[in-house]
Amino acid sequence: MSVDTATVARIASLARIKVSAADLDAMVPELNGILAFVEQLGEVDTAGVEPMTAVIPNTLRLRADVVNADPLTGGGIRDAVLANAPAPEHGFFGVPKVIE
Amino acid sequence: MSDFTDLTLGAIRDGVAAGDFTAVEVAGAFNAAVAGAQDALNAFIVTTPEAALAAAQKVDADRAAGKPLGKLAGVPLGIKDLFATKGVQTTAASKILEGFIPPYESTVTQKLWDAGAGSLGKLNLDQFAMGSSNESSAFGATISPWRRKGDTAALTPGGSSGGSSAAVAARIAPAATGTDTGGSIRQPAAFTGISGIKPTYGRCSRWGIVAYASSLDQAGAMAHTVKDCAILLEAMAGFDPKDATSLDLPVPEWAAALSGDLRGKKVGIPREYRLDGLNADVQRAWDDGITWLKDAGAEVVEISLPHTQYALAAYYIIAPAEASSNLARYDGVRYGLRDLPDGAGLQDMYAATRAAGFGDEVKRRILIGTYVLSAGFYDAYYTKAQKVRTLISQDFAKAFEQVDVILAPTAPTPAFALGEKSNPLDLYLGDVFSVPASLAGLPAMNVPAGLSGDGLPLGLQIIGKPFDEQGVLNAGLAIEARAQFTAKPEKWW
Repeated sequence: MSVDTATVARIASLARIKVSAADLDAMVPELNGILAFVEQLGEVDTAGVEPMTAVIPNTLRLRADVVNADPLTGGGIRDAVLANAPAPEHGFFGVPKVIE
Repeated sequence: MSDFTDLTLGAIRDGVAAGDFTAVEVAGAFNAAVAGAQDALNAFIVTTPEAALAAAQKVDADRAAGKPLGKLAGVPLGIKDLFATKGVQTTAASKILEGFIPPYESTVTQKLWDAGAGSLGKLNLDQFAMGSSNESSAFGATISPWRRKGDTAALTPGGSSGGSSAAVAARIAPAATGTDTGGSIRQPAAFTGISGIKPTYGRCSRWGIVAYASSLDQAGAMAHTVKDCAILLEAMAGFDPKDATSLDLPVPEWAAALSGDLRGKKVGIPREYRLDGLNADVQRAWDDGITWLKDAGAEVVEISLPHTQYALAAYYIIAPAEASSNLARYDGVRYGLRDLPDGAGLQDMYAATRAAGFGDEVKRRILIGTYVLSAGFYDAYYTKAQKVRTLISQDFAKAFEQVDVILAPTAPTPAFALGEKSNPLDLYLGDVFSVPASLAGLPAMNVPAGLSGDGLPLGLQIIGKPFDEQGVLNAGLAIEARAQFTAKPEKWW
């Protein structure tokens, strides 16, 4: 499978990355080169093979059902959470208006 | 002691503990070495001499007060700028995180500070660890301290942990943290003549490490010697409830149990790694490695890993797929860069921010990942790649029924010059020997093996069974003892 300019534009839109028309044209052959390379997986017989889900067998754990079981990942740290925000407002993340 | 910067991590720790010299003297020597090399090598994105000094002062005070010292007491370390460090800028070498000051500390680095280590600063890397040459860093590539014989061309220190490898090789840090997704510890270690180990997936907590491809990302140690790697990895590893994939296992005392006696051990040589037209220097180092392991008492046998040739293709689907998902978090809302064009709405802000903040290679991988995960293509690419990954993992499991460790080259060539490989695919092919072990989550390390005809380091890779870092380190020690690799880059900076 290969991609054309319209497909790359659609992928870029899905990925929320603005790409200029010139860059789009440059990306098409690059991405096609990579896609052509990975195409070789088609040669591998994977009938009856389960896709990998965990590389080292492990079980999912449940943490204790208590508030702030680990203070590092617990609540009540609004200022720390907002400390790196580009535009915090009134204790919230500020974003451009989304409702017309 | 005239030159602390030539000491191993173990010698620094033991010397501080014995009172032969102070931690402050050591920190001062490395801080000066870092400052003296920064303009030429660009190994650090941020230096933290005051943090190195403060940690050293505390160690000296603790020692004077007769308090017990940690496993890394008095050792200054370089930290790959992928680990979140509280109060110190953490960028993943991307413009999108420039100015990001984490309000928390990664689990791995917290363990290092608790063990008495100090931070020399945050080391350069390929942007979001995507790359194998350091050239995708938004802050300029790290320059290797190594040069080809009779040539001054700037070489790559490898990647993505290229700041780490350059700093250790240049003796401006005795050891450093790295992370390895498809070879990002082993390949830079090979390119710069140092040791580096990636443990079994899950040994080191990923909490607080900027995510690239979560099912592959694993932190590890980079240092001058196998023993130093063992000491540092012991301090980094351990169960962390904050990482769902963290292994709930005790951390073995790898350093204390080191033994280069391989009698009774079997070493596998994978026939599929014998590529047509393999670089002659690399082939010679591999042959030397076989001789050395036999000399250490091991039996060497040929093995087959039949799906090896498909590992790169599987990797370059799986890693970008996970990256496209992980990097969705950089949206200009919660942290990092925001680009808000005049009159832009929320969606325009996302797209503009990500266009301005991500480098070309990061965008390329996000787009590939988005494509292979998109409706209609998911099964053909992503599910297929995960099935091939299962087969690659089964190949290793079968081989390990027969052998204890596997010996292979780490990289198909010695270090190349910056700018020499302009096609992304050419760079990807350089990961051919390192990616399979990553896909299978196995412990693997690089040990220096010799020099190429051009005078550049060559590395050998040892791949072990899951959880058997000890077996990997022991085989590494056997090679180290016989390779007698004492070469170091001539100081030109």
